[in-house]
Amino acid sequence: MSQESRLTPEQIVQSFQETFPNNIRDSRIERHTAGLKKTELVHIWMRMDREKFKDILKHIMTIDKAPHLAVVSGYDSNETIELIYHFSVYHGTPYQELSLNFVVSLPKADPTIETITDVYPGALITEQEKQEMLGVVVKGIPVNRRVFISDDFPKGVYPWRRDETGPAKMVKNLHHEVKP
Amino acid sequence: MSTLTKTTYQIPIGPIHPALKEPVMFEFEIDGEQIVNVDVRLGHVHRAIEWAGTRRNPIQVLYLAERICGICSYCHPMAFALAVERIAGIEVPDRAQYLRVIHAELERICSHILWAGVAAHEIGFDSVLFLTWEMRERALDLTEYLTGNRVTKGITMIGGIRRDITPDMHPQIHEKLQYFKDNFEKIRHIYLDDKTFKMRTKGCGVLTKEEAVKLNAVGPTARASGVKIDVRRDQSFFAYGDLDFDYITPDVLTGEVNGDVYDRIIVRLLEVKQSLELIEQSLKQMPEGPIVAEPKIAKLLAMLKKADGEAIGRMEAPRGEVFHYVKMNGSECPYFWKVRAPTYSNILPWIPMLKGEQIADIPIVAASTDPCMSCTNRVTFIEKNNSYTLDREELHRRSVEKTRRLCP
Repeated sequence: MSQESRLTPEQIVQSFQETFPNNIRDSRIERHTAGLKKTELVHIWMRMDREKFKDILKHIMTIDKAPHLAVVSGYDSNETIELIYHFSVYHGTPYQELSLNFVVSLPKADPTIETITDVYPGALITEQEKQEMLGVVVKGIPVNRRVFISDDFPKGVYPWRRDETGPAKMVKNLHHEVKP
Repeated sequence: MSTLTKTTYQIPIGPIHPALKEPVMFEFEIDGEQIVNVDVRLGHVHRAIEWAGTRRNPIQVLYLAERICGICSYCHPMAFALAVERIAGIEVPDRAQYLRVIHAELERICSHILWAGVAAHEIGFDSVLFLTWEMRERALDLTEYLTGNRVTKGITMIGGIRRDITPDMHPQIHEKLQYFKDNFEKIRHIYLDDKTFKMRTKGCGVLTKEEAVKLNAVGPTARASGVKIDVRRDQSFFAYGDLDFDYITPDVLTGEVNGDVYDRIIVRLLEVKQSLELIEQSLKQMPEGPIVAEPKIAKLLAMLKKADGEAIGRMEAPRGEVFHYVKMNGSECPYFWKVRAPTYSNILPWIPMLKGEQIADIPIVAASTDPCMSCTNRVTFIEKNNSYTLDREELHRRSVEKTRRLCP
C-alpha cells in the first residue's frame, strides 16, 4: 500500500460517514502511545446499523485491499446482542496499522445477521462460534454446525447469554451431573 | 471420466493425538495416498475460561489467562492487561514497557525452539529433538532466573510488571544469550542445509500469499507465505516502537517466498535470532524508573472497579497475533472477555496446506503452523469416535518411514 493512498483515522471515519450517512451511528477514535519515542497506536470504533452492515464491512476493502479480520466478538447486553467485528488495515508498514472495530446490535427477538464469509472467507469459524455461544443466526453460513461445543450439549442453551437461555441453570446444578 | 466405484476414502484422525500432542480431529478424504479434502473439528478441550473470567476480578483473571496455554503463558495475561489498562486509562511506566519486551521475546525463544524440536521429531529426527530441547532448557533456566517460574510465569501485573531486572542480573542474562548465539549456527545448519530436511519440507504444505490473506492467517504461518504482518511492528505497544527490527519473511534469507514448511522453519529460526537482538537492545536502552503504575493491589483493584468501557489488547505471541476484547461496566468483574488465540486464525489455512499432500506428510504439515489447541478451545468435552482411526503412533511411523524411503 503506497503512502499517498493511506487515509488518516479521521479520514477513514469520514469516508464511512459520507458513504453511509444514515447507518454509522457514532464513532470514537482511541489513541495511545507507548515507549520512550511515544509511538502512537490508533483504535477506531464505529457503531453501525444492521441494514447496511455488510456494505459497510465491504467498504473496508476500498481503504485497504487486504484487511485483516481478527475475530468477531459479541456479548449479551440484556436488551440486545452486540456483535463487534474487529478488523485492522495497513499492516506491513511499521506502526501504520489501524484497528477498526464495528459494533452492531441485534434485537433478541430476531438475532439474525448475514454471513460475511463470501467477502471474508476467514470469518467462518468465528461466525460458527457466535451461533453456538450467543444464539445468533448467521444467514447463509456455508458450514452450519457447532465448532467448539459438542453435539450433545443441549440445544437452546447459549454459554455467553445472560438471560434464561444462558448456562446459569446448568452451572448451578453441576454437582448433580452424573458423568457417563 | 465417470466411474461407478467409490475411489476416495474417509479417514478420521484424532481427536486424541492427531499427529500432534493436542486434541483436534481431522477428517481426511483420501484417494490412495493423496489427501483430496480435509475437515477440521475442534472443541475437545474447551474449558469455558472466558465465562470463568467474568466471575473474577481483573487481577484474578491474569492468573486464569496464564492457564489458557502453557507455552503462551505470558502473552495471554499481557494482552488482557493491555485491554484493561486502556479501559482504566492506566499509563504503564517506561521501564516496565522494556521489561515486558524482554519477557515476550524470551517466551518466543522458548516456543520457537520447542517447535523446532517437535518438527524434527515429526519427521523422525529424534536426535535433533534432544539437541534443540537442550537449548530450550537453557531458555527455561533463564525464564526461571527472571520470573521465578519456568512455565506459568506469574510476571504480569495490570499497569506494569512484577519483577525488575537489576544490573547484577545482566551478566547471567548475557551469558545465556551468548550460549544461544554460539549454538544458533549449529541449529541453522541442521534445519536449513540438511538434505533430508529439505526433501521433507520443501514444496510441502504450501500456503500461498493470497490464501494466507484471504483466510486471515497470522504470525510465522502468514509471514512464511510472504505476508508482512507482525503486531510488534504494525502497532505500537510495549517498547517495540523504540527498537530496531523488521518483519521476517523467508525472502530475507533465500530471496524467494514459497510458503512451504521449509519457509516456516526459516521464519522461526530467524525470529529466534531477532528475539536475542531485541532482548539485548532492551537491556541496553531500558530507562530507570518504577516497574508498575500502582504498586498497591487494593488501590489498583478499587481503581479497576470504577473502570467502564471496552478495549482491545493485541500482541504478537510466538504463534501470531493474540487478541483479547474486554468490556467492563464499573463492577468488580469484567462484563465480557473474548480471547482469540493465534491458532484460531490458523485453523482454516490448514485446509489448503493439507490438500494434495500425502498421509505421511500430515504430521509435519499440521505441526508447521505450531498449533495450540488449548489456546483455541476453551471448554472440555470428549467426543465419542467409533470409526476407524489412524492414531498418532501409526501416523508418526508413516512419517518416519517416508524419511527413510527418501534417504535409505
